Amino acid sequence: MENTDRLRQRTLRGLPTFGRPLAAALRFACIGLGVIVMSVGARSADSNPPMQPLHAVDSPMTRGEYLARAGDCVACHSNPGGIPFAGGFAIPTPFGTLYSPNITPDRATGIGSWSAAQFYEMLHTGRSPGGTLLYPAMPFPAYTKVTRDDSNALFSYLQSLRPVSQVNRQNELRFPYDNRSLLYGWRALYFTEGTFVPQPGRSREFNRGAYLVQGLGHCASCHSTINALGGSAADSAFAGGLIPLQDWYAPSLTDDVESGLGSWSVDDIAALLKGGVSMRGAVYGPMAEVTHDSLQYLSIDDAKAMSVYLKSLLQLKPIASKQSDVTAPSAAVIERGQTVYASRCAECHRTDGRGMPSAYPPLAGNASIQMDVSVNPLRMVLNGGYPPQTAENARPYGMPPFAQVLSDEEIAAVVTYIRVSWGNHGSVVTPREANAMRLAPLLD
Amino acid sequence: MTLWKLIILSLCLYESGHTAESMVAPDTIAARARGCSTCHGTQGQGTADLNFPRIAGKPAGYLTHQLLNFRDGRRSYPPMNYLLAYLHDDYLEELAEYFAAQPIEAVQPVQTGRAIDPAVKVGTEGAVLARHGDPTRGIPACTQCHGSRLNGLEPAIPGLIGLSSRYIAAQLVSWRVGTRHANAPDCMAVIAARLTDTQIRQVSGWLAAQAPEPMAAAPAGSWKTPIACGSEP
Repeated sequence: MENTDRLRQRTLRGLPTFGRPLAAALRFACIGLGVIVMSVGARSADSNPPMQPLHAVDSPMTRGEYLARAGDCVACHSNPGGIPFAGGFAIPTPFGTLYSPNITPDRATGIGSWSAAQFYEMLHTGRSPGGTLLYPAMPFPAYTKVTRDDSNALFSYLQSLRPVSQVNRQNELRFPYDNRSLLYGWRALYFTEGTFVPQPGRSREFNRGAYLVQGLGHCASCHSTINALGGSAADSAFAGGLIPLQDWYAPSLTDDVESGLGSWSVDDIAALLKGGVSMRGAVYGPMAEVTHDSLQYLSIDDAKAMSVYLKSLLQLKPIASKQSDVTAPSAAVIERGQTVYASRCAECHRTDGRGMPSAYPPLAGNASIQMDVSVNPLRMVLNGGYPPQTAENARPYGMPPFAQVLSDEEIAAVVTYIRVSWGNHGSVVTPREANAMRLAPLLD
Repeated sequence: MTLWKLIILSLCLYESGHTAESMVAPDTIAARARGCSTCHGTQGQGTADLNFPRIAGKPAGYLTHQLLNFRDGRRSYPPMNYLLAYLHDDYLEELAEYFAAQPIEAVQPVQTGRAIDPAVKVGTEGAVLARHGDPTRGIPACTQCHGSRLNGLEPAIPGLIGLSSRYIAAQLVSWRVGTRHANAPDCMAVIAARLTDTQIRQVSGWLAAQAPEPMAAAPAGSWKTPIACGSEP
């Protein structure tokens, strides 16, 4: 059942370009192939309560549709204004432009002639029927964790869609990246076939969260450090990184100084993921799309399970604080920043930086604006933003853009001010850095 | 003594203002619409920046169409496209209705003369185009659709007063180059394609120079438009 009403809500911002799709390459210990482990990960349809999405949906989502939401398939496999799942979405990468394929059940141009086994093989190994190696814009390094059972449900859902005859568009990759045999090398470096293995001794909730985060959620696609080959090394999984071509920084999920999730409650994290806002902060940039197109459709139980697992990452991989050699801002910069703050920001975020959550997020103690990489707070001030409209946040409050009313010096001063005030421990931002973000792409 | 009283009063006001900061955002559409304020003004009355239009008092149907067009990419302006990407029809309509309901009296720009780009010379050619069109090029008069007083027509034809020449010219050019679309049949795209560069300068300059007549758009059906427009019901 395709839900064009909801899907129509997707707009210009398709997927955050290459970051999410390409980045992945999760490395977790894997066990023998073909073993279906999944009393934990794969919930039966019964235990997944019917979703209540925002827009009028007459029937409950099927399990396959639910899983398609969890995997956010529609984000890449649809063109804005086009037919959902018919592909054709341009994914710009540092190596050229990829176009997502048609995954409707049209026999000639889609995946109508595939079998469930071939579909699983594709998710699990990154090979399409016939052996063609997929570019890792398809997050098979994460989807390899998806159980056969869930793969079957996903496949059934996709096969239930209306077939759309739309020929796949040729990729436009530069030499030598247009040679798929290079992917053998990439795969050797960055891809490990795997099956999700629940951690013994951990709760069912923890393992469910791990399964979603590592697998369909493909969180590591953005929240990992991506190298020049578009891969991420094993030890950089969830370590955070700049998303290529987007100028947004996906914070580390393992370093509590960056993510700050250590002090968040599970309920606040779940509220953020599913609703887009919380008492601690709101989603913005590419994460707004993830909540809008994918996470808002998850059950609150699944959102909490993901939150439990995300909090555990901080304990599993403690990384020393990246904060170092922080240069104190000059008194003049602080004074200027404070002036701008008082006239432009304090009305909503309050003089004490505590904000009026969840409408206006707190800035005091907000890890997101203190990271070493300052692109996110700079872009928030330059571009403003409305969190995604969700069932939990049906009438979002928004922040206006300031790019057109503040100079580079003012932007840098006010961002510096919020990064060092109220106990925050961020570093100084320069007007040059502020200026550079004026060129950041607003649309994918 | 008076000075001291003033100082003490100021301190009290400052202190009360200081401590009166709420922890809870007002549960109003106005508070939610603050995302629009730096460009369009808190009530949509426009700002000192010539590039951004006033939106107060424009017909709600027109504003809704524009919000949907921005969200769905039919109208291209990346800062707007970005802000609206994840908002839905119902909420965009609510925002449109809020700005449509703002008093048009709040529209100040033209009264202060700011809407006229100093570089624009306001000549009679613009007046002729606006009032009579250019039959030789198949261009109808602005007034035929937007009204003899250019105040627009409910529910979806905007008024043309209180806008800068720069903004109006930019819209006509956007239609010509394909970065602004309206629902088909896109009548303004047809008209914009027929206008010469000179005519765009003339008509936008003249429109921006018109004295504001604070008034709402005319009731629906007040006159019949001469050309089919997809945005019209």
